[in-house]
This record gives sequence, C-alpha cells and structure tokens, in this order.
Amino acid sequence: MFELLGIPPQALFGQLLLGLINGSFYAILSLGLAVIFGLLNIINFAHGALYMMGAFVAWMLLHYLGLNYWWALILAPVIVGGIGIVIERTMLHRLYKLDHLYGLLLTFGLALIFQGLLRNTYGISGMPYSIPPQLSGGQNLGFMFLPNYRAWVVVASLTVCLGTWYMIEKTRLGAYLRAATENPVLVGAFGLNVPLMITLTYGFGVALAAFAGVLAAPIYSLNPNMGADLIIVVFAVVVIGGMGSIMGAIVTGFGLGLVEGLTKVFYPEAASVVIFVIMAIVLLIKPAGLFGRAV
Amino acid sequence: MADTTTAIQDNAKALGTMPGSHKVGFAILFGFLLLAPFLGFYPVFVMKIMCFALFACAFNLLLGYGGLLSFGHAAFFGGAAYISAHSAKVWGVSPEVSVLLGTATGALLGLIIGFFAIRRAGIYMTMITLAFAQMVFFFALQAPFTGGEDGIQAIARRPLLGMFDIASDFRFYFFVLAVFVIGMALIYRIIHSPFGQVMKAIRENEPRSISLGYQVSRYKLALFTMSAAIAGMAGATKALVFQLASLTDVHWSMSGEVVLMALLGGVGTIFGPVLGAAIIVAMQNYFASLGAWVTILQGLIFVLGVLLFREGIIGVLGRWLKKSL
Repeated sequence: MFELLGIPPQALFGQLLLGLINGSFYAILSLGLAVIFGLLNIINFAHGALYMMGAFVAWMLLHYLGLNYWWALILAPVIVGGIGIVIERTMLHRLYKLDHLYGLLLTFGLALIFQGLLRNTYGISGMPYSIPPQLSGGQNLGFMFLPNYRAWVVVASLTVCLGTWYMIEKTRLGAYLRAATENPVLVGAFGLNVPLMITLTYGFGVALAAFAGVLAAPIYSLNPNMGADLIIVVFAVVVIGGMGSIMGAIVTGFGLGLVEGLTKVFYPEAASVVIFVIMAIVLLIKPAGLFGRAV
Repeated sequence: MADTTTAIQDNAKALGTMPGSHKVGFAILFGFLLLAPFLGFYPVFVMKIMCFALFACAFNLLLGYGGLLSFGHAAFFGGAAYISAHSAKVWGVSPEVSVLLGTATGALLGLIIGFFAIRRAGIYMTMITLAFAQMVFFFALQAPFTGGEDGIQAIARRPLLGMFDIASDFRFYFFVLAVFVIGMALIYRIIHSPFGQVMKAIRENEPRSISLGYQVSRYKLALFTMSAAIAGMAGATKALVFQLASLTDVHWSMSGEVVLMALLGGVGTIFGPVLGAAIIVAMQNYFASLGAWVTILQGLIFVLGVLLFREGIIGVLGRWLKKSL
C-alpha cells in the first residue's frame, strides 16, 4: 500500500472520514444558525443544547416507548422543533425590537436550563445509543474500512443540507423567506403572515439541530454537555463562513471538518484549536467572512 | 444597552465631582467590607465575593460603557489566575507581584483577543471572543505548567512586599480588600474620564463618533484591554485566595457567569455588578449541595432577567430613587 508523508493510508482516510462527519454536524448546525439569524436576527445560543436534546429525545423514544432509530430520526426533530416553536412564541418574539445581544443572552439561559435538567436526570457519565442493525458493519474499500453508519451520516446530512439549500434558494416558499429576511415590513404588506414564518423558521432551524443530534447519538455517547462544546466551534465556523449565504454555511462546515481531520493526522496537538486559528486568519484577511456580506 | 436617562445624567455629572449617590454607595460598600470580618462574616466567602465583584465590574466596564458584549472574559480571569498561581508557587514572588503579573497577563490577552474581536461588530464580536477564550481553555488544558485537570494547587501566600506575613485568612482579607478598592477606583476613573465619555459616545452612536474624527477601533481596543486587565487582576487575586488555579476559571461557563452577575445587578451601573456577584456567589455557596439545580437556577435568572428585568436590581433601584447608582 502507498504511504503519504509517512502516514499510513488507514489513519489518513480514517481521520478524513471523522473530519467529514464532524463537518456534517458543523454544516447542519451552522446552516440552522444562519437560517434563524437571517429572519430573527438572533444568534441561537441554545442551538447546541437543542442538538443535545435531539440525541436525548431519540434515547428516550427508544427506552420509554420502544421506538427505534428510524422513528427517532423523524420524531425527534418534530418534538424538538415543537419545543422551539413554544420558545419562540412565549419568549423570543418579545425581543425582536431590542438589541440583538438580548436574544443571545436569553438563549444562553435556555441552554443552561436544558443542560441542567438533563444532567439532573441522567448524570454526565454518558449513555450509549446503539447503531441501528440495518447500518451496522462496514465496507472494506481496500485502502480503508468504511463503517456503514458513518457513510450514512455523511450522506444523510449532505442530503438534508442540499435539500434545505434547494428549498430556500429555488422554491416559492424560499423566495418568501428570503424576501422576509430582506424586508419583513414590505413582505407583510403583501399579505404574507411574517410572524408565522418567523415562528416556523425558528422551529425548522431547531429541528435541523435535533436531526443532527439523532445522527450523532450512535457515534458519540449521549452527554448533557455534548452540545455546549460543539456550539463554540460552530460559532467559529459561522464567523469564518459569514452568515450571508446558505451554500456558504454548508461548504464552510464540511471544509472545516476536513481541515480539522487533516490536522489530527499531521499535527494532533493543534487539532482542537485549528478552527479558531483559521478564524483569526480569516478575520485578518476578510473580516466579513468567506461568504459574508460586509456588515 | 444602558438606560438613556442614566446615560444623560452620567454625562452631565461625569466630568464634575462625584455625585452624592456614588459617595453614599461607596461609603456603604467599603465601610461594610472593612467591618465584615469583625462582624462574623467568613473571610474567604467575602474575599470570593470581592474577586468576582471586581471581575463583574471589569466586564461591565466593557458592556455597560462600551456596549461591547464579551463572552470570553474567562480567558482573562483564568489566564491571569494561572500566571499568578505559577509565579507564587514556582517563582516564589510576593502576592502584590503575582497580582501585577496577573493584571499584565489579562491586559496582554485582552490586547490580542481584542485586536481580532473588534474587527467585527455586535453579535459576531461576541462569538469571536467566545471562540478565542475556548482556545485559551485548550491551551490551559494541554500546557505543561497548568497541571491539566488538577490545576495548580496549594499555592503558598507569601509575605507582602517580602516582609509582612499575611498568610492567615484574616490578614489576607485586607490585602484582597486593598486590591478591590484599587480596582474599583480604576474603573470609576476610566468611566468618568474624557476617554470614558468618548466610549459612551461611541456606544450611543458609532457612525457619528467616526464622523467627529474619533479613531473608534482604537478606543474600543483600549477599553477591551483595560477591561481584560482588571478581569486579570480579579482572577490573579482569586487564585491567591483559594490557593488554586484550575480549568474552571478559564471554562466558558465562567464567562457566562460574569455576564449573569452584571445582568442581574444592572448593566451600566456602578454598583450593580457588585451586588450581582454577591448574589450569584452566595447562591453557589448555599445551594452547592443541589448540584445541577444551580445551573438551572442560573439559566432561569438569565431568561427572567432578559424578559422582565433588563435594568437589573440596581438599575431598577436607581430609577425609583431617580439617582445614578
């Protein structure tokens, strides 16, 4: 077998796959953040906590109701999205006229509440969630072993990301959404129900986070803090990509996941900070972000 | 973010003498702190409050008077705590030098992080500070001198100026009180200086300040660095009080806590963050046995504070009394 710079190919491709999987989560989460920010002007600090809730709802569905992974993949986003809609209707909608920072503070508080509640019930030791039997095992590709579930995560998240992109950029509903992002008052004057769109958008963004959570559940063990550390990296991803473009969020998410994976191979000590370093460089060269509009 | 009427009052009085309400406030605060150890308050508890109060006031300097929300102040607090602990334990320097080194650490980190963070405004700036603070956290986790998960423990309290023994909690209390008074005086001076007035102008209307010829980003960076330096001062002192510097000090939840303290007490007030810090520290102390409920309670305070109580306790009090506090 060939070797690249003294790195065995199994290790290289293994880390690249891991990077791609992390990148999937970065992409889905930053996509959700971008969609929410576009319409609500709020940075959803609870996004990480809602991703974590998605994973826990999947676990609860399995253990209390006996519903398997495939049910969870549909039901968890719906349930968490419903929670999001309640949050938007009861709390967030009071903040739209205020400074954006209040939305950040409110959602941070919500994240603390969710984490605290689940930590109270389930502790922080981490709980396993097994891979669905249809996706266990893997393929030997010759140069590496590809676990089926990991391939599925990448495919599923790519599909969801591109589907979202298509919906927002190419459909009539997406056109309304983009118009409301540009000028909500005018769109309201045309007779569209903007408050309803805002509510559903928040629910949708949150459902995306929960979907990512269900995908993540069999890979990482379930832990109430699993979203908190992830969301900070996702914030850096958002700063790097800029929140102006949907495709930008997807490309940046996957790309940075890959870069992180490569760093793990060639310089493991820097793997946890490489995204932050890239953020610093991007801020120096192109402060608005790679795909961002100048603010 | 601050209440405009108090801002106007501040502006009117800022460059004159200290308003009576501030004199009374400082007299009560410092008088109480001077007497607290004789009144039966546990010195370590009050020292902890003073450290966090100074930390919250430093944070409030940036948010309340510059309109810049940092979610990375744990980096300055915790980074300084590590340097202070390391210098006291390994280099054997006296406490005042440790605190000065910690302050310098905070200032240096503030200068670097601030340089990047102020390149973006508003919500982006907040995310950038959070990301860089996480970088400092990972550094603290991996660097050899920080002791990883254990932190730096059992730091000796060396004699003040190399001469006066202040190792006991009772004596060390007055050292911490002195640091607190100096820190508060610094903050008060910055707010009420011509520099502070320009910062308020920038907070209220940035484009206008630019058109008036102010180098806005330099002012922001200067304020960011000062806030980080004083946060470092608080962190360095905290490490000496508990004789411990650990990962908790640099963790993002610490950044969240200081935001909560300022929000609860009143952003943009002089005394609000002190009260907020006292309440949060007391809450952590008395409810420590409840575990995760403390986190839930903090989250609830955040949510209720933002929805119903944006002026904070001192902010509401100041409005009732029609005084700047």
